[in-house]
Amino acid sequence: MASNHLKWESKQLATWYFTFAAIIFGAQLLFGLVAAIQYVMPGFLFEIVDFSIARILHINALVVWMVFAMIGSVYWLLPDETGIETVGIKIGKLLFWVFAAAIVVVVLVYLLVQVGPADETTIWFITEGREYIEAPRWADIGIVVVVLGFIGNLYATGMKGKPTGIVTVLMADMLAFAGIYLAGMFFTDNITVDQFWWWWVIHLWVEATWEVFVGAIAAYGLIKMIGAHRQVVEMWLWIEVAMLFGSGILGMGHHYFWIGTPEYWWEIGALFSALEPLPLVAMFIHVLYDWGKQQGAAQQRGEEASVITNKPAFTWFVLQAFGNFLGAGVWGFFHTLPQVNLYTHGTQFTSAHGHLAFFGAYATILIGMMYVAIQGSNGIKVLKHTKSSIAAAWMITGGVMGMTVSLTIAGYVDVIVTRAQMGATWAGYFDGHSGMWMTQAMDWRLIMGTVTFLGFLFLIKDFLSTGKNAVHTR
Amino acid sequence: MANKSVWSDNRFWQRSAAWVTGFAAILLIWLTFDTSGQISMGSDADLKNGVTKRVPGPTVINYKITYEMDTKRGHEVPVIGAKEKFFGRDDYSEKEAGDLLHLGKLGSQAKNCMDCHTLLGNGAYYAPDLTKAWLDPAWESTGSMQAMTGKNTKEEAMAEFLQFPSKYPTHARMMPNLGITAAEAKGLVAFLKHMSSIDTNGFPRNFGKIQGALNGK
Repeated sequence: MASNHLKWESKQLATWYFTFAAIIFGAQLLFGLVAAIQYVMPGFLFEIVDFSIARILHINALVVWMVFAMIGSVYWLLPDETGIETVGIKIGKLLFWVFAAAIVVVVLVYLLVQVGPADETTIWFITEGREYIEAPRWADIGIVVVVLGFIGNLYATGMKGKPTGIVTVLMADMLAFAGIYLAGMFFTDNITVDQFWWWWVIHLWVEATWEVFVGAIAAYGLIKMIGAHRQVVEMWLWIEVAMLFGSGILGMGHHYFWIGTPEYWWEIGALFSALEPLPLVAMFIHVLYDWGKQQGAAQQRGEEASVITNKPAFTWFVLQAFGNFLGAGVWGFFHTLPQVNLYTHGTQFTSAHGHLAFFGAYATILIGMMYVAIQGSNGIKVLKHTKSSIAAAWMITGGVMGMTVSLTIAGYVDVIVTRAQMGATWAGYFDGHSGMWMTQAMDWRLIMGTVTFLGFLFLIKDFLSTGKNAVHTR
Repeated sequence: MANKSVWSDNRFWQRSAAWVTGFAAILLIWLTFDTSGQISMGSDADLKNGVTKRVPGPTVINYKITYEMDTKRGHEVPVIGAKEKFFGRDDYSEKEAGDLLHLGKLGSQAKNCMDCHTLLGNGAYYAPDLTKAWLDPAWESTGSMQAMTGKNTKEEAMAEFLQFPSKYPTHARMMPNLGITAAEAKGLVAFLKHMSSIDTNGFPRNFGKIQGALNGK
């Protein structure tokens, strides 16, 4: 993706990260489809690519493409924010190739080797077998080195150039984001201790540091795309940081209800996780408020045109504002109180929440950032929607929403039959999962997953073609 | 011009964010120390002296485990009872039991158990939760799984199934062959038995109590 319009090397590097992220995004959806087919036809690829392998690839690809797109987003906005070229860009480019190559090796080993003997060599070279962070230990260490290099660049650039509020938040947040990963890099025979620290990684990523990250990206997007005032946006950002970390850090208690940890986590987890939706409401209001404010000011000046300079990106940013609230906030709150969670913990309900939350909070805004990069790479003043960009937004959003509703219905069956009625035994599980409501829900999930995948194809078509489209204002 | 209100001052909100984050982080770290003490693994001496630990020592495999209603706490808790033979023995030393558990825990990760099953409720939802699998009526002497494998004890039936899962299909959705050896299977069963003894605050509720709800027993 060489471009004459990019005068900053940092932005060029960002496009590499976005390109790799988009490819891995495709892999995520593809293996998601394999797993969805297996729910409907259990014999599909049995003992070739089993559900466990398809799912590892589905959720690891999810984490990887998001991390790549997050790093890409930071490299993209750094020159705009700090006013200087990113320090250590050569190292940044080298690390990109190291990171990408490592990911390819990890994926091939997942796919071709799959499992290993019950000893340390498997943990080091094949899989750690811990949901989301299955990556073997060698890759863990590699990821830490690469991410530390990225953070070094971020800090050096932030301190040399202008450290805006957005950059300051990102510097603090990215350090926490990387540091937390270390909590997931050890082996213990004690499964309770294992899961206690495992949640430090998973929860403090997706319900704390990643949320703050998207807050910072949304702030950048509002300034760039609708000309929102930096001072207003950054004040909101600091309030969001206070609310997100204030609720999210101790909200971790909602994962400590049933894993062998003491009872006091019931109260702590219930209280703080019940507060977690509040900043998400605030973020949603903030985006719409700033949009209305800027458009209103433009109208007063007698300008009738939209203030938005990148329609597809802004569409995805607004989808993020609402999707984050709905998927993470509402669907999360559904089952966060211990009285409810006793029955919903570890059912399809969790899966419903996971799909809408990851999509709503993160996939949306990162797709938006890819559109921002396409606009910049092609020197476009106002990037407009195309038929493909509209089809992609509708089909991906509609598809994920459809999967979420299907999985929510499946979740109710799981909760009522498997858990409440049958007491969670082997027989109870299969009674729950062979019921008609469950199987129909899984059929719909597959249909809606296919819609999502077709939407992704429109998205890629648009990514590849919209830059040359004549509809845009140059 | 009137003084600018502190509520519209970015520095004020920046400091607030730092204080709130710091306070929450310190509270989490403090609670982590407390929790770590409570979830550390017990010892053989604890088991012999009847000291209740949230996570008992590995030699818990020498004892019978049940899941019973605790009226004071209002939910079920694992109860460690009299001695019970496990693969023909009830005198595993701390070292032997620890080695078995170590092998089993490694095996649970090396075979990606968590990407179909849930352990302590965490993982994937494609297969049954394994938190209290050791106590599942299906594996008891009257249970369907033990009958199907033709073994005489729960642990042997589970180990047999783990080694040759596709030989014993129960539903269209089957467990694949993961190359689990006899030694690994024994370790995995020890891991499952140990996990069933962990005090999970009553999760899962009513486990194994309602056998006949659909069958009219």
